[in-house]
Amino acid sequence: MKRKKPTLAVWKFASCDGCQLTLLDCEDELLAVAGQVEIANFMEASRAVMGGPYDLSLVEGSITTPHDAKRIQEVRKQSKFLVTIGACATSGGIQALRNFRDIKEMTKVVYARPDYIDTLATSTPIASHVTVDFELRGCPIDKRQLIEVLTAFLLGKRPGIPTHSVCQECKIRGNVCVMVAHQTPCLGPITHAGCGALCPSYNRGCYGCFGPKETPNVEKLGTWLQDHGAKNADVIRSLQTFNVWSEPFREGVAKLNPKVELKK
Amino acid sequence: MSSDKKNSGQKDSGQKISGQRNPGKTRTIEVNYLARVEGEGGLKIKVKGGHVQEVQLNIFEPPRFFEALLQGRRYDEAPDITSRICGICPVAYQMSTISAMENALGVTVDLPIRQLRRMLYCGEWVESHTLHVYMLHAPDFLGYESAIHMAKQFPEIVKRGLQLKKVGNELMQFLGGREIHPINVRVGGFYRAPLKREFKEIVQRLLWARDAALETVKWVSDFSFPDWERDYEFVCLRATDPVYPIEEGTFISNKGLAIDVNDYENWFTEEHVAHSTALQSSLKGRGAYLVGPLARFNLNFDRLSPLVQETAKSIGFVPPIRNPFKSIIARSLEILYACDETLRLIEEYQSPSVPSIATVPRASIGFGATEAPRGVLYHRYRLDDNGLIQEAKIVPPTSQNQKSVEMDLWQFVESRMSLPKKELSWQCEQAVRNYDPCISCAAHFMEVRWEEIE
Repeated sequence: MKRKKPTLAVWKFASCDGCQLTLLDCEDELLAVAGQVEIANFMEASRAVMGGPYDLSLVEGSITTPHDAKRIQEVRKQSKFLVTIGACATSGGIQALRNFRDIKEMTKVVYARPDYIDTLATSTPIASHVTVDFELRGCPIDKRQLIEVLTAFLLGKRPGIPTHSVCQECKIRGNVCVMVAHQTPCLGPITHAGCGALCPSYNRGCYGCFGPKETPNVEKLGTWLQDHGAKNADVIRSLQTFNVWSEPFREGVAKLNPKVELKK
Repeated sequence: MSSDKKNSGQKDSGQKISGQRNPGKTRTIEVNYLARVEGEGGLKIKVKGGHVQEVQLNIFEPPRFFEALLQGRRYDEAPDITSRICGICPVAYQMSTISAMENALGVTVDLPIRQLRRMLYCGEWVESHTLHVYMLHAPDFLGYESAIHMAKQFPEIVKRGLQLKKVGNELMQFLGGREIHPINVRVGGFYRAPLKREFKEIVQRLLWARDAALETVKWVSDFSFPDWERDYEFVCLRATDPVYPIEEGTFISNKGLAIDVNDYENWFTEEHVAHSTALQSSLKGRGAYLVGPLARFNLNFDRLSPLVQETAKSIGFVPPIRNPFKSIIARSLEILYACDETLRLIEEYQSPSVPSIATVPRASIGFGATEAPRGVLYHRYRLDDNGLIQEAKIVPPTSQNQKSVEMDLWQFVESRMSLPKKELSWQCEQAVRNYDPCISCAAHFMEVRWEEIE
């Protein structure tokens, strides 16, 4: 008796393609995954497309156009489980820097004919538009964590993704703390684990590409960094990268710089 | 013109081929989305009385405004930001950015740093090219929807491709920390430079990869190619050292162009067309040109390593190659070169005394161009006294090739009008994939729409 394989779909919104590429980068596991699930829609990899509904949808990218705002509704309707992959889909991505600026002005900087461009004033995460079943973090996501999510889904369990900070990963890896030993500014204390403390392992401070950990004290780290010689503007910019629109980072920035106005 | 869109229904999810006959004289045949390219785009071909009237490569990747959001960022933050333009070729973005910033700040890095950068870049060439050759392009030649479909009949070949791609990724992990958006590169050098002895393991992997790349070249050279050529202006870099162009060089073409990087904008121009969120480049007064593996191969054959030159000659593949479908062979030869070159560099490498040199901001303008897997990638930045970016300009390879893709399709379709639409549509997709278009870069994915007026 042959059980019907669950169907997998991969969707792209505003993004760099890096997170869905992570699936193709699972060189040792890709064919095994393809043996367990029916890859029903993965445009970067295949021109064969099956109609929905899909058992699992992986969604990459943020919502930045009126068209995409409608499309995500359709994807949600077609998907039993919807998992966002990466910083764009989970917190709006680097392109959410537009949320602090005038989009008309920005369009003029890049395009000779702003009238050809149909875009929203904001870049927002998928969860701002539809219900999301699980959010996988990272810019880009981590391969091992992606495999964990796919496996958990196949087994019908919740993915085992720790929500602690990068600091704990440094301890596990036996890294010397770059802040203590080298006075290198590091966002590790407030950043979600998942990378395996990559930057500190290369003598570099964490730059927060996995976004906020659970209940981070962003303001405290900000003032601590300033007490140790960092300029306020530099601290703020360090929080304004790939997860700039995540709530804890946004609030942290607002507290460190009350002048920043937030668009609704 | 109107019914095509309405009928597609699933513009974003439906990549199936659909056709319909309208009452009256206009026939519209559409193919939604072109698969196996990195990004979001489409293709519209309008035919009247058996002749092509219009070809549009539509790029509807949502714009992300990188050049605008770089304004006000500090020069040393830029490599990590620009790498997010493209997950497939982040190293290319980091390297063009760094090259431009170091040019602006008047910094020259030492040989070991340059060697490490070139090795990291080779890792990206192996990863990106192998992804394209095995997973995105080869299925067209062998008639499969995807490499996963292809794996059912050719499991050993697909596994070889995946392992070869993996070696590229391993090289990037080793030098860059991770393969997508590496974390170890910075303006002035690296955060951590590896010791010579740390290369032992990767050398073994590269030796295997070089053999696998040789097999790849033989495999793709046996494909059957449409008998079709065009007289292109090929544009690429020529390296200062007598090596194949990767991380630096000056611009050259087969039609007499020879300019420095800082002269680029005097010779090339970008225009904004309604059907694309990518800007289209052209050579002023000359029009379309082609960048990428074919351009590099044709104009820098003498700079390839002896192994690669011999291999190319043994399969009768020597410049000039004007058949864009054969870019898959050039791409495979570049995989071979990237493996061979990295092994040579590892042999010469002595770890630097410091992993990076200090950089001091100053008001300045800097230019940088490097060879991304898909072709040359140009950056320019203007900085203020504090090193904050005032202005950024980025010209990715896909927007440079966009005009050339449209011209290819125009002539290609014209010469093959008698083919059944379904077959011709697939061949058109294949013709677009010749360029390995990375539409994330150019702004993103393909939809082929036919409009036929009888």
